[in-house]
Amino acid sequence: MKKLDSPLIVVVDYGMGNLRSVAKSIEAVGGSVIVSNKREEIKNADKIVLPGVGAFAEGMNNLNKLGVIETLYEEVKLKKKPFLGICLGMQLLATESYEHGIYKGLNWISGKVKLLGADGIKVKIPHIGWDDVKIIKKHKIFNTFSENTIFYFVHSYYFECDDKEFVIATCNYGIEFPAAICRDTIMATQFHPEKSQSSGLKLLRNFINA
Amino acid sequence: MLKKRLIPVLLLKNGRMIKTIQFEKWRDVGHPITAAKIYDAQGADELIFLDISASNENREILFDIISTVAEECFMPLTVGGGVRTIEDIRRLLSSGADKVSINTQAVECPEFIKEAALNFGSANIVVSIDVRIKENGNYEVYTHSGKKATGLNAIDWAVTMAKYGAGEILITSIDREGTMQGYDLKLISSIADNVNVSTIAHGGAGTLQHFVEAIKIGNASAVAAGSIFHFTDQNLIKARTYMKEANIDVKTVWD
Repeated sequence: MKKLDSPLIVVVDYGMGNLRSVAKSIEAVGGSVIVSNKREEIKNADKIVLPGVGAFAEGMNNLNKLGVIETLYEEVKLKKKPFLGICLGMQLLATESYEHGIYKGLNWISGKVKLLGADGIKVKIPHIGWDDVKIIKKHKIFNTFSENTIFYFVHSYYFECDDKEFVIATCNYGIEFPAAICRDTIMATQFHPEKSQSSGLKLLRNFINA
Repeated sequence: MLKKRLIPVLLLKNGRMIKTIQFEKWRDVGHPITAAKIYDAQGADELIFLDISASNENREILFDIISTVAEECFMPLTVGGGVRTIEDIRRLLSSGADKVSINTQAVECPEFIKEAALNFGSANIVVSIDVRIKENGNYEVYTHSGKKATGLNAIDWAVTMAKYGAGEILITSIDREGTMQGYDLKLISSIADNVNVSTIAHGGAGTLQHFVEAIKIGNASAVAAGSIFHFTDQNLIKARTYMKEANIDVKTVWD
């Protein structure tokens, strides 16, 4: 439902996991939310959130089947609409993924999606739980955060970003990997703000108000 | 550093929160939604809901409870109890669960864990293992809420389940559950040291020192408990402070 004076956020529904929590958490911080996969509704929204839990290949496949990739590209890459990718929604931005094969991603931010622990010290996989996040670049989604903070992670793969310029926060689990990235109006987090209690809500509020 | 997690367990029966001792003698301990909100306010790292309702009608109440909690508590929720099919998992996840815990079905059809991990990703699939110690000191897996012996060795079973795609192992000692006598540290460490996924210790916590032991001696990634929060004056805030003083890296609340 559209609230007065609050931006309309579309949470893209592509059949990948718990979209309800994402929608509810955005509403909790004052955003107006629609959960949709309709091109018109994506076009009408002020900001776009691409959440997602599950396998990379299935995620890309679902976006393709829904025919929304072109629409997302136009709205975000061309019209510079603010975009937030969460977890799988971050990894899909990459050039390609090595999750159970090799699959092409959206290639909005050049990089590869790789298995944690494959080239680092031995760690338990998946990476599940609250972990330290180091904010390395000032960005409006981290407004009022201190440099070291904590968010909730659930993932086995990570986004290895080719251009380190786009990495705005890091986490260390066996190796140092990007916890958050940003390029123009495209923002993405490997952690789950919608599951990170008050820290997560603060980040979402920053995204809505930015 | 990845934080050690402190996880309240909410045992459900017919929509109420209950507590058992060694999986029997259940007592009503309150309303699950009220409890979830309190745990959230105290900065719990996650919540685990385990439903032991016998009938399907009563299980419907579970979906309502989870969706209500998910609307107000923006934290990870693991839900288990009677999960038999891919559709059961899908329904729990769309109600607001983040992870689904599977127990009896994993033993009856191990391939189900492979299928579940393939469909939803390992990170969302928890295998719950209920264990009793045998006279010879071996650990045996039980299903059907602790009623049915399986003949499986708990440590071997945990290793198999991790191989099949379980993203986490929830280890419950039936012998210790509800007794508040401390975790079965040998059981916990035997599993934690042999699987390459996170392990959650459950069953027996009665003091804050028990949490410390499960992590330092049991090598658990997370500690889960019920009785200590229901029946003592300990809470998550005190527990976290105590663990921090014991040099355990726990979440700091808040930024």
